Amino acid sequence: MSSRERILGRVRRALADVPPDDTPYEQVVRRDYLREHGERTVEQTVELLAENLADYRAVVHRCTEAELPSLVARLLADRKAGSVLVPSGLEAGWLAQADVSRVADRTESTPDDLDRVDSVVTACAVAIAETGTIVLDGGPDQGRRRISLVPDHHICVVRVPQQVVASVPQALERLAPARPLTWISGPSATSDIELDRVEGVHGPRTLEVLLVN
Amino acid sequence: MSRTFVGMPVFPPPTHPAFPEAARDAVHNHTLRSNLRHATHTIRAKRARAVAELSDWDRLREAGRLIKDHTLRHLDRYLVQLEESVTAAGGTVHWAVDAAEANRIVAELVKATGESEVVKVKSMATQEIGLNEALLEEGIRAYETDLAELIVQLGNDRPSHILVPAIHRNRGEIRDIFRTEMGAWGRPAPDGLTDTPAELAEAARLHLREKFLRAKVGISGANFMVAETGTLVVVESEGNGRMCLTLPETLISVVGIEKTVPTWQDLEVFLQTLPRSSTAERMNPYTSMWTGTTDEDGPRAFHLVLLDNGRTDALADQVGRQALRCIRCSACLNVCPVYERAGGHAYGSVYPGPIGAILSPQLRGTASEIDASLPYASSLCGACYEVCPVAIDIPEVLVHLRERVVEGGVAVRQGNKVVLKPAKGHAAERAAMRAARWAFSHPGALRTGQRLASRTRRLHPRTLPGPGRAWSATRDLPAAPAEPFRDWWQRTRGGKDGAK
Ligand code: SF4
Repeated sequence: MSSRERILGRVRRALADVPPDDTPYEQVVRRDYLREHGERTVEQTVELLAENLADYRAVVHRCTEAELPSLVARLLADRKAGSVLVPSGLEAGWLAQADVSRVADRTESTPDDLDRVDSVVTACAVAIAETGTIVLDGGPDQGRRRISLVPDHHICVVRVPQQVVASVPQALERLAPARPLTWISGPSATSDIELDRVEGVHGPRTLEVLLVN
Repeated sequence: MSRTFVGMPVFPPPTHPAFPEAARDAVHNHTLRSNLRHATHTIRAKRARAVAELSDWDRLREAGRLIKDHTLRHLDRYLVQLEESVTAAGGTVHWAVDAAEANRIVAELVKATGESEVVKVKSMATQEIGLNEALLEEGIRAYETDLAELIVQLGNDRPSHILVPAIHRNRGEIRDIFRTEMGAWGRPAPDGLTDTPAELAEAARLHLREKFLRAKVGISGANFMVAETGTLVVVESEGNGRMCLTLPETLISVVGIEKTVPTWQDLEVFLQTLPRSSTAERMNPYTSMWTGTTDEDGPRAFHLVLLDNGRTDALADQVGRQALRCIRCSACLNVCPVYERAGGHAYGSVYPGPIGAILSPQLRGTASEIDASLPYASSLCGACYEVCPVAIDIPEVLVHLRERVVEGGVAVRQGNKVVLKPAKGHAAERAAMRAARWAFSHPGALRTGQRLASRTRRLHPRTLPGPGRAWSATRDLPAAPAEPFRDWWQRTRGGKDGAK
């Protein structure tokens, strides 16, 4: 007997006392919890996002579409970034004013190659106000998962209000499970040493989120 | 009524000391006690605030319970569906009946890649099966990459908390471990390393980065597996999980079969309840979700090892099976008065605290002294149940397992029905147990007593009315003030101390 058969057999025997029940799953779990917490206008939801992002030590900037290129350029210059990783489908205009060398997101790059790049600029798939979370789904303007992981500085652009939802349930509705998803809530952190929070262990130590109208 | 009832059974010295002895050592370790107190109290208060933000917490908790119960009830069906989904998405599924088989599968998979080292993201399941040790015997070095796990691994130590495994170490100890041990494992600690947390974290970052960048094989567990889509979820803080899940060419995930949930939508419940219950955050810094393999993004090969290792035995226990709902948030540890005094190591298992007290004896049986004593490592105050995000009635299971230890009875071990003999040295407890069973067979009597006690904690009731009296007579209450553990111990063991 294979281990598969053995385990499945054990499961079935273990449940021998349970009377058969074919209630459809939708009826088993009453999803009577809230779809979002509290009532907010669109602008209030965006404000909550900004607040919660900042609460978890992301640096939040708000700007218009027209101001975006100069803001990105300034943030990179402030970091003295010499190079920036660019997902293949990133809007060309976003980096138009930045005076840095661009590194394409390529299959051939080794992790060491990525480690030599200072910053990365990506878009996102959705942002969650209640939790201060941005979610990346590997779309063309976000690139492979590793490019937003290895460089120490991540600039993430959120289009508001279109990409902002209030809650976790609303975010899951918008996301496609088949894509590789990375949920990011503030820069990486640890509280492993006497519960003192230290920002930045392995992921980017600086996360800047640009909310763009 | 015997006053020794909630005391620990008395055993001859075992290999791992039974809980009472192990706990006594811990209680005398001052650093451990003050670290634990600080940690558990801090997280406890933060958790309460994070939970209070969600007005529908009770409904989320109830949904979590129902989702998990439904899954367990149809676990065979969902495991088969999960296997199909993962396979369709490009992954390979393996089934492991026990720890030895899981370790063998992983070792073979690693060898097939030609590699002799792997990076690991913290996983309870791989600790449970002793994977690192098994790999080492096969000539494969496994590097733990979670900061706390690194501290534990470098210190040749054992984890003491689910969430903050190095909670028993203070910053000075950590600095010393880094200074003396890092060099033997890779990049040494920087010269002049001080004991500030930021510097220590930086030392770990540098030490581990070279490992991440060259790693060809990553090993993980998972918090959830979605049967419908084949998606695996890992919830973490530091980014070491993302490193292990995306940089290597091969990813091997070892996951207990009970981590399955039916649908994608189910994640909306647990992604709200888990972070708030565990790190007390609205959301943890990083959550990774992947479904099989993705072209040109992340590992090219993905293996899922589905682990039984006693879980189906627990599933066969009508009372005990609810322990399989656990999402390992560790909230029950942080509120437990016994854990706070005894520390994680006393539980002799990778699963410490209240959940460990009900899970380990079910996964491993109650043959050894430590496992037979674990169901007694509780004052039955009910605080664990109150905070549990999937509403596991830990006191109920504890009492059930005590009865099993004392009276023996039918159980399932490694898939076979066995009749357990009563443990020796339990005659007095047996009598108490019979009375207790009366309480249990009379709906609500005992439970009302317990819940009442935990709700009216402020009032410090010394005894409870009716059948609850037998219990409360020897129970310690959680808010019971600065009573030294020694005294508490003496009192709850009813002066049987000399019998050790
Ligand atoms: S038993 Fe409940 S509270 Fe304890 S770790 Fe598991 S889910 Fe969390």
